Amino acid sequence: MKSRTIKVDYLARVEGEGALYVKIKNTTVVDVKLKIFEPPRFFEAFLRGRAFTEAPDITARICGICPIAYQMSAVHAMEDALGVVVDGQLRALRRLIYCGEWIESHSLHVYMLHAPDFLGYESAIHMARDYPEIVQRGLQLKKVGNEIVTHLGGREIHPINVRVGGFYKVPTKQELKPLAERLKWARNAAFETVRWTATLPFPEFEQDYEFVALQHPEEYPFNEGRLVSNKGLDIAIRNYDDYFVEEHVPHSNALHSVLKEQGSDNLTGRPYLVGPLARYNLNFHRLSPLAQDAARSAGLSPVCRNPFQSIIVRSVEILYACDEALRIIQEYEPPEKPAVEVQPRAATGYGCTEAPRGILYHRYRIDDDGTILDAKIVPPTSQNQKIIERDLYQFVSKNIELPKQKLTQQCEQTIRNYDPCISCATHFLKLNIEQE
Amino acid sequence: MTRKRKPKLAVWKFASCDGCQLSLLDCEDELLTVADEVEIAYFLEASRAVVKGPYDLSLVEGSITTPLDIRRIQQVRQASKFLVTIGACATAGGIQALRNFKDINEFISVVYARPEYIETLDKSTPIANHVFVDFELRGCPINKKQLVEVISAFLQERKPNTPAHSVCIECKLRGTVCVMVAHGTPCLGPITHTGCGAICPAYYRGCYGCFGPMETPNTASLSAWWSRLGAKEQDILRVFRGFNAYAEAFRKESEVHEK
Repeated sequence: MKSRTIKVDYLARVEGEGALYVKIKNTTVVDVKLKIFEPPRFFEAFLRGRAFTEAPDITARICGICPIAYQMSAVHAMEDALGVVVDGQLRALRRLIYCGEWIESHSLHVYMLHAPDFLGYESAIHMARDYPEIVQRGLQLKKVGNEIVTHLGGREIHPINVRVGGFYKVPTKQELKPLAERLKWARNAAFETVRWTATLPFPEFEQDYEFVALQHPEEYPFNEGRLVSNKGLDIAIRNYDDYFVEEHVPHSNALHSVLKEQGSDNLTGRPYLVGPLARYNLNFHRLSPLAQDAARSAGLSPVCRNPFQSIIVRSVEILYACDEALRIIQEYEPPEKPAVEVQPRAATGYGCTEAPRGILYHRYRIDDDGTILDAKIVPPTSQNQKIIERDLYQFVSKNIELPKQKLTQQCEQTIRNYDPCISCATHFLKLNIEQE
Repeated sequence: MTRKRKPKLAVWKFASCDGCQLSLLDCEDELLTVADEVEIAYFLEASRAVVKGPYDLSLVEGSITTPLDIRRIQQVRQASKFLVTIGACATAGGIQALRNFKDINEFISVVYARPEYIETLDKSTPIANHVFVDFELRGCPINKKQLVEVISAFLQERKPNTPAHSVCIECKLRGTVCVMVAHGTPCLGPITHTGCGAICPAYYRGCYGCFGPMETPNTASLSAWWSRLGAKEQDILRVFRGFNAYAEAFRKESEVHEK
């Protein structure tokens, strides 16, 4: 009996600490584990006893790459609890800061973390020796995203200007103008990014996924909508806990999330996929005409089931975010007040927004004084873990004859398709491949 | 200047959100220049390539929270000529040091259905509690300009120019009206280490101390002012128990306000 293992002790070019372990007996994959050994940080525990107003600042610290997503899910959940609606230009500014985070985070992933896999480089810095203009374009695109976040949020990582009810300070029309000029450049650069990523070599690997994303009647989703899937799920955010369940497996410090089989409370539910592929497949018709055209002209159909092509989909989303940010800035009129008044009351609130890596669910129960009694936070990566493991199982099964080094590298690439955010998931991951 | 060889840079991660090492990738204009001056020998967030130590400059992010990490930080120290901590987690234990004031078993049972799968220490501690640290860069997150300054200073063999005065001075320098005096907004600026650029007051909110205590903070006096502005004991306790809760000055002041 021949057996092999593929092990990667420390996954690179992901956020946080994880590892891969794949065990192969003869020509069959017998075990796949995506291990998350990032130490736990206990956010849900120490949110208890804090003021409701602190949730956006504290939960931002779960992740340095997508702090806005945490802030947005937190403020929406608190506003849901307090019966407050934030609309008009304040709502538009929230979309604008989310555009900034998508541009920054997606550009980082496309250019610095994912593209080197396709072209055979260890890093974007190595890639820059042969493709200096491309890496520079990626860095400058990322910078425009960061400029939006810094402008509205005070700084790019852990912004300080987001609060329950709105913002501490809103910009003047004049202050947003320089961003519009930068965004016009970025929109062209994003268009070029879609064309460029479409030329990369993609393994043939189509999978049948259950895609889960927010869906909104008028917009490509950021902050609001119903939770839908291509296999019949269609629920309000507040019903999340009735349909999704998290389980704790021995090999991971991150909880695995699955869709419950209806009428059953057992934990053997269906895995599902969240993130850019899910959003794109469920909401293609809500992309801006420019983003739709760019996708089609790059040869991407409105249905994409190849996870390796997520790099093109991310690029389409960067283009959309540039388009949307420009629209918001052009239509911007400063609101009278930077925030809506909020008064605490005893209630439970639910929030779910589209982080760059997928849906990010928050639930808080607060008392009369606004003290948090309990908190539940489900980040995108813990929802995608089971699908990542399934992709690895399928990919290795299909490519079992590859030499070990090549197979290991492609397993890493399979994981990076998801841009997993390990720090988020533990609030994630260790990779070993073993072959007997 | 010609060098015999490029110094080797390593970036290490312990318990953290990755935000401080991301600050290096956020130096969009400087990153490739930095990569020309140093050999990026170990930086997993950015590169699969791993070059063996020893390393000339190690940047360490995150706090120590597991038994394995105690051993790992000692190995990192042994392999490093200069070791610089980056951020509030590595320098003060981070937000995860909030466990230090509670029963860790209760925390584990709140978050995890199967506590037996979890291996963790009952305290989250800064890197300097375990090994000698050559320089500490504050902030949650760090300021990327200060990070470039630290790397430049290292390359030029001088001390980094990162002032230790309070956020108040920074507000005066940028001409921000004092939110505490003018609006009665409680602010930690008078006792907080500068470095962020005093952004919170510029956005009409009080400083919440993400750079930790300044050199000689008068925390008791500031707490008294907060009381006069209507802050309750619980509010004062919570504000000192933030992203730098385990920094000595903040920890001691928080304990004064504990019931």
